[in-house]
Amino acid sequence: MRKEVRFAGFGGQGVILAAYILGRAVSVHTPMHATMTQSYGPESRGGACEADVVVSDQEIDTPEVDRPDILVLLSQEAATKNREDARTASLVLSDVDLVQLDDEAARKAISLPFTRTADALGKRIVANMVMLGALTRASAMVPREAMEAAVAESVKPGTRELNLKAFDAGTRL
Amino acid sequence: MSASQNLVLHPEVDASRTGAHFLLGDHACAEGALYAGCRFFAGYPITPATEISEHLAERLPELGGQFLQMEDEIASMAAILGASVAGAKSMTATSGPGFSLMMENLGLGYMMEVPTVVVNVQRGGPSTGLPTSVGQQDMMQARFGSHGDITMIALAPKSPQEAFDLTVHAFSIAERLRTPVLVMMDEVVAHMHERVVIPPPGEIPIHARPKPDVAPAKYRPYKPGPDLVPPMALAGDGFAVRFTGLTHDETGKAVTTYEAQRLLVPRLREKILRNRETYERTELYRTEDASTLVVAYGITARVARRAVDLARAKGQPVGLFRPATVWPFPEEKLRSLHHVRKVVVAEINLGQVLLEVERIVGRYAEAIHVGTAGGKVPSPEAIVEACE
Repeated sequence: MRKEVRFAGFGGQGVILAAYILGRAVSVHTPMHATMTQSYGPESRGGACEADVVVSDQEIDTPEVDRPDILVLLSQEAATKNREDARTASLVLSDVDLVQLDDEAARKAISLPFTRTADALGKRIVANMVMLGALTRASAMVPREAMEAAVAESVKPGTRELNLKAFDAGTRL
Repeated sequence: MSASQNLVLHPEVDASRTGAHFLLGDHACAEGALYAGCRFFAGYPITPATEISEHLAERLPELGGQFLQMEDEIASMAAILGASVAGAKSMTATSGPGFSLMMENLGLGYMMEVPTVVVNVQRGGPSTGLPTSVGQQDMMQARFGSHGDITMIALAPKSPQEAFDLTVHAFSIAERLRTPVLVMMDEVVAHMHERVVIPPPGEIPIHARPKPDVAPAKYRPYKPGPDLVPPMALAGDGFAVRFTGLTHDETGKAVTTYEAQRLLVPRLREKILRNRETYERTELYRTEDASTLVVAYGITARVARRAVDLARAKGQPVGLFRPATVWPFPEEKLRSLHHVRKVVVAEINLGQVLLEVERIVGRYAEAIHVGTAGGKVPSPEAIVEACE
């Protein structure tokens, strides 16, 4: 089993942290393997932001993601840039209020209110945790407990409860 | 705090990072240095090695160590030699442009037999080239970059776990053989996150530099032991020590004659070569019945492993030879696979380690190169194609 996951959005949405948490959940809390890579060019400062995670039950030889199996789209720009991949991916998750998909992609995409749910919890910044909750449920790739442990370890202690609440809300969307 | 107090390091044993992590390659390298007992780092930040400096700037003070941001890479190299002579395990980290600036003092460290570790996270060159993307274009510079007939040891990690492991190994080699050791990382390994397991302190044995066992009056700082390594007294230990880049005799006094040169410079090389079995590391994959061999190191070795599987699936007998110690090249191990008829060298340059492989296998196998000009790792498909 090898799954390529791409998170795409814009700077400030916690795209990199989300990818890190998935990778950490797999690497530290399961026997599976994960490799995370991210774009490091000047383009990664502000504007578009992408991070890739490969998850596998075998050691990962090539860390590069060229055809993501799972695509998470958090901005319109990200959806435009990854339009081809949205058609071939087996799972597409998008923020319903931020992304409009073309018809073909929209038919199979799961569009959910990540940002709106986070707003309702009082902090827009935890939209990435809502998304991770939804991803955990929709992909069934990593046990929920592993993801929750990784969330708890990766955020500031004072915000742990809020982040876990956001994650939980994501699993119930 | 006075200057002399500043030099006194109080290395703490550190178990705070024992266990499994999801780590950036650069951070894994930094943690490897700390695990090995490195308590002095001097450097000048440069992409893609900056995260090593950042991490150590935070971690070293916690452990009673010192982090210095220097004015440039020439000074960084000088500082880590000075710290090592005073007894600290020391390291710097840079990328191509800084590596070029370090060449002169790297040779000074080699000539004075000062243990230290230099990390080069390779990006695309020449010059400032491609700061944020990958290269393996400094391999010949690692081998021959400093002037005057040096023999360097260079390691190439393929993953964050190996960035940790091989940095620990680099310190062991440097200390035991009294010589600078290079860790030739690449941008992809440096900037990827993967699982890294850090063992409890002491679980990986770490060699120490040989200490003199004679009275100070009898100590000759460059009198080699049976393994050609001279025991090393530290500045301040009460022994008379001299350090010079000039050709010197066993007392460390500059003697610029052919006779002194003939005793010193071949020994420096022999010290590295004769002890190679103690530090050489290679990985073989599906080589038993292989008639074609792929030789690759660093990130390229992982892509090459994929290529081997793809070629095997097509029925081609292809295997992988991965030197983790690229210099000195594990030539006996490569030659032991003399049943191969074709060797494909995959690397992110226009043909560097290729030259060494050609020299080694040239009489019985054809050597071909698969590379890029920097900025991209060769694809598995390109390697498979070259194997056909």
